[in-house]
Amino acid sequence: MSSLSRDEVARVAGLARIDLTSAELDRLAGELDVIVESVARVSEIATPDVPATSHPLPLSNVFRTDVPVAPVDRDAVLASAPAAQDGKFLVPQILGEDS
Amino acid sequence: MSDLTRLSAAALADALSSGETSSVEATQAHLDRIAAVEGAVHAFLHVSTDEALATAADVDARRAAGEQLHALAGVPIAVKDVVVTQGLPTTAGSKILEGWVPPYDATLVEKIKAAGLPILGKTNMDEFAMGSSTEHSAYGNTHNPWDLDRIPGGSGGGSAAAVAAYEAPLAIGTDTGGSIRQPAAVTGTVGVKPTYGGVSRYGLIALASSLDQAGPVTRTVLDSALLHELIGGHDPRDSTSLAEPLPALVAAARLGAAADLSGVRVGVITELQGEGYQPGVLARFEESLELLRGAGAEIVEVSCPRFTYALAAYYLILPAEASSNLAKFDGMRFGLRVIPDDNPTAERVMSATRGQGFGDEVKRRIILGTYALSAGYYDAYYGSAQKVRTLIQRDFAAAFEKADVLVSPTAPTTAFKLGEKLDDPLAMYLNDVATIPANLAGVPGLSLPSGLSDDGLPVGFQVLAPAKADDRLYRVGAALEALLENEWGGPLLGRAPELETR
Repeated sequence: MSSLSRDEVARVAGLARIDLTSAELDRLAGELDVIVESVARVSEIATPDVPATSHPLPLSNVFRTDVPVAPVDRDAVLASAPAAQDGKFLVPQILGEDS
Repeated sequence: MSDLTRLSAAALADALSSGETSSVEATQAHLDRIAAVEGAVHAFLHVSTDEALATAADVDARRAAGEQLHALAGVPIAVKDVVVTQGLPTTAGSKILEGWVPPYDATLVEKIKAAGLPILGKTNMDEFAMGSSTEHSAYGNTHNPWDLDRIPGGSGGGSAAAVAAYEAPLAIGTDTGGSIRQPAAVTGTVGVKPTYGGVSRYGLIALASSLDQAGPVTRTVLDSALLHELIGGHDPRDSTSLAEPLPALVAAARLGAAADLSGVRVGVITELQGEGYQPGVLARFEESLELLRGAGAEIVEVSCPRFTYALAAYYLILPAEASSNLAKFDGMRFGLRVIPDDNPTAERVMSATRGQGFGDEVKRRIILGTYALSAGYYDAYYGSAQKVRTLIQRDFAAAFEKADVLVSPTAPTTAFKLGEKLDDPLAMYLNDVATIPANLAGVPGLSLPSGLSDDGLPVGFQVLAPAKADDRLYRVGAALEALLENEWGGPLLGRAPELETR
């Protein structure tokens, strides 16, 4: 099993959209390496004949009745938003990410 | 009336229905207690004085008018801050949600409000329920009422400490890997994780959706049954909610209190004792087994060999699900938004917001989960963990062939000192070694106090039952509680040191 390097932690933190300081990266890389090494033992007993379980109690095709219900009040939702305008969320520029 | 804060919820409900006291009086007594001890305990993140007293006055008026009320109407309750409450701030212990006021109620909160229980406030917790000591809260530590230098357990340390310190007779917790049961164990209180799907998850800020379950935090087994029956049952807004009605839980607790366990097979799990468990914890566990045997139970030893892999599987499945669930905290629709200096595009705002808004443990687990799910590692980590989950379910199924309930110590140690394990994540994770298997399999579990260890701190006794057989927890739990209190001459909490009040 590969160990978790500082560069790898930086790459994964980027995927998870979390800015880390240099000091955080140093510390997390060490801690996560120990944790990953410990949890990797699951592969010892996870043989190909064992099916995976994603959910404790199997349920399928759960639908509610197709009847309109009142949504959560828009103004109440926007009241706790970081920024809002004209009854909509106001968000930062979304284009030009790579510029 | 003597001190209303010392009554069980059931006794307080009786006093309310007989007119011996009023809900306003009882609620005010608990608010006064909160004011007196919060400086030392810090169980609450928000106290909703006005709302609680308004609910109490409304219940008193309706009772005076002869209205038929819920059995717990007028009995105050505290709610863990991971549960959304319309009009009351909800942070899940995180800076990223500081100041957020939810526009809706969780289903369990709707039920609490409909039944007329005044909500005293929101309780402290590890950030997003990630932790076993409540030290990962962004809003300061909660202190164990038995010893203020020690942890109250986690993630629901606030709810457990509030109940143990007589700040509330009832509280709501959530249990993803032990966050109701382990705090109950280390504070000398009772906590129940219901069968997965037994209580609606609608309105819980999700940590790991396939593991999370809300449940009662109380001082007695009967009180847990009363609260469990109130908050449980099918909810069409939660697609994982069980369709069938709950078993008769209160009746099971009342039956159990007679302490006759003839014909009940109690399975002792070999793998959840021995190495790593404090001698005092094991001694109290053995004594409780003797009491159960004396009440007619048949004690059998059962082996669940794959439980030794549960912790490893859990720390892959939980971070994987959490990394997905917490993606919604992106600084766009609610909570914190941090705008970096140069070229603040949405993606950079997101990264800056999460970098500043999340604490260490949350970052650790999101990165671990993202890694476990990333290309090239998925099969080895997340895929293998899901297979281990199957094997743990099989171990439970085999064990429940031989026993009606399974038992173990709830936690391997008593409450440790604040700060003691903060720099060692793996050591912290080991606190939940005995509680995690139930979450992976979806089965219900209960913890009740079984005495004091050599260090004078409370020890918890865990009872596990098959899925949808939560009533067995209450029967066996109430029986053991009655047997123990008979030996002690009263509840264990009666032996806790009195807190200084101001």
